Amino acid sequence: MSEISMSRPAVGEAGRTGDWRNNRPVMDAAKCLAVKQGRVTCQICWVYCPDGCIAQGVGPVIDLTYCKGCGICAEECPAGAIEMQPESIHGVCAVDETGEAAR
Amino acid sequence: MSDQVSVMTGNEAAANAARLARVQVIAAYPITPQSPVVEQLAAWVESGELPAEFVAVESEHSAMTVCIGASTVGARTFTATSSNGLAYMTEQVWWAPGARLPIVMCVVNRAMAAPWNVLNDQQDSMSVRDAGWVQLFCRDNQEILDTTVQAYRIAERLHVPVMVCYDGFLLSHTMMPVAVPAPEQIDAFLPPFTEPFTVVDPGDPHNIGPVVMAEPRADETGATRGGYMEIRALHHRALLDALAVIPETDAEYASVVGRSWGGLTWEHLLDDAEVVLVAAGSLGTQLTVTAEQLRAEGVKAGVLGIRAYRPFPVEALRAKLAGRRLALVFDKALSYGYEGPICSDLRGAMLGADGAPAVFGAVCGLGGRDVSPEDLAEAARRALTDLDAGARTRETDWINLHLEG
Repeated sequence: MSEISMSRPAVGEAGRTGDWRNNRPVMDAAKCLAVKQGRVTCQICWVYCPDGCIAQGVGPVIDLTYCKGCGICAEECPAGAIEMQPESIHGVCAVDETGEAAR
Repeated sequence: MSDQVSVMTGNEAAANAARLARVQVIAAYPITPQSPVVEQLAAWVESGELPAEFVAVESEHSAMTVCIGASTVGARTFTATSSNGLAYMTEQVWWAPGARLPIVMCVVNRAMAAPWNVLNDQQDSMSVRDAGWVQLFCRDNQEILDTTVQAYRIAERLHVPVMVCYDGFLLSHTMMPVAVPAPEQIDAFLPPFTEPFTVVDPGDPHNIGPVVMAEPRADETGATRGGYMEIRALHHRALLDALAVIPETDAEYASVVGRSWGGLTWEHLLDDAEVVLVAAGSLGTQLTVTAEQLRAEGVKAGVLGIRAYRPFPVEALRAKLAGRRLALVFDKALSYGYEGPICSDLRGAMLGADGAPAVFGAVCGLGGRDVSPEDLAEAARRALTDLDAGARTRETDWINLHLEG
């Protein structure tokens, strides 16, 4: 067993960080600039994602296995195409971001 | 080969040791009483006599951070600090051992503020005793030089950093004869460091020190990687391995250079001693005078010096103290609300040991308060009076405290 903490860059090397998420980014494709223009443009969410879990595309694809739900993509999207929704409404987590139990 | 003997301060002895160890990166921020160590090293780097990088930093936190970065890529690094500088460095003082980096740091022991005080006690290094460094205490300037060189061998064998502690002003600014080994001797004793845990290879990039989870888990290759507790348990094991490596290193050094410092502990007049005076650092040197004075009065006194404080040499201390009447520990530090740290540790080590002596504690010399061999002898007489009256435990005795008035 290794004496120190060390790894090689790889998908998931820090664990399934999506397990930490309280809020899920949900993309409305109809509002996404890339989808509207039918080509790989904008991609600002991909640029800003601090965990590299958004793949470029028409439109970009968010990997929920690793997305921690920080909300930066929703904040930065110039078209307002990404909405942060509490995991509780997706039936994943019984607690919403305010810590109150979902009804 | 004969040593060159020079008269020098403890700080100069430390600087000479770093030079002999052929350190490659030095980063330090000046603080009294450590400053002359890095002034000397900076001068040698500037003149070209020491082919090392000297990184001038804006704080002790950055000094240790530079050493961490340099050590991570396998460079031999050196820094030194004191007191509040060590406190300011504390976050990185914990990082270095957790990352298993063989950094050597001299801590020139000085009182912690407040109130402000630049003089000697050992509170600074005691306050980071649990951070996972090897801590070695020196009793004179020769030992500072020899121990600082030995520290690199210990650090690099075990992949743990080593703190070489010596008393501010009492040693750091006091001149005494010091034999400086020839560079070839030290080269024979201390080979270059070639096996860091971390190898920085652009062709095989690694994340060094990424976050770990509570539980072990598989890495990207499927191999099991330890969680926090596994990594810390291996670190603890390395510190315990130092209990063997420190004396081995001292013996190897003696075979090359001709001087030995006792490994984990040292002693004076201990053979038949009934009363054992215990301390770390230059206080131990004073206690040798005290023991001789007590012997002249008919008290069978001896000295047991703590050279390795972390790891704490429990078995060695049990063996040395079995069958004695009293161990009187003199601490130049205090765990506020309890007692002196060496006293606590020694009492814990003696608990349940065959033939364990009573362990009494005394606190002295805080903030540079003068303490003479006679003061120490008087403390020993008080302790014996208490012991003869049947005490097996006792409140901490404060030496030369003047609260009246």
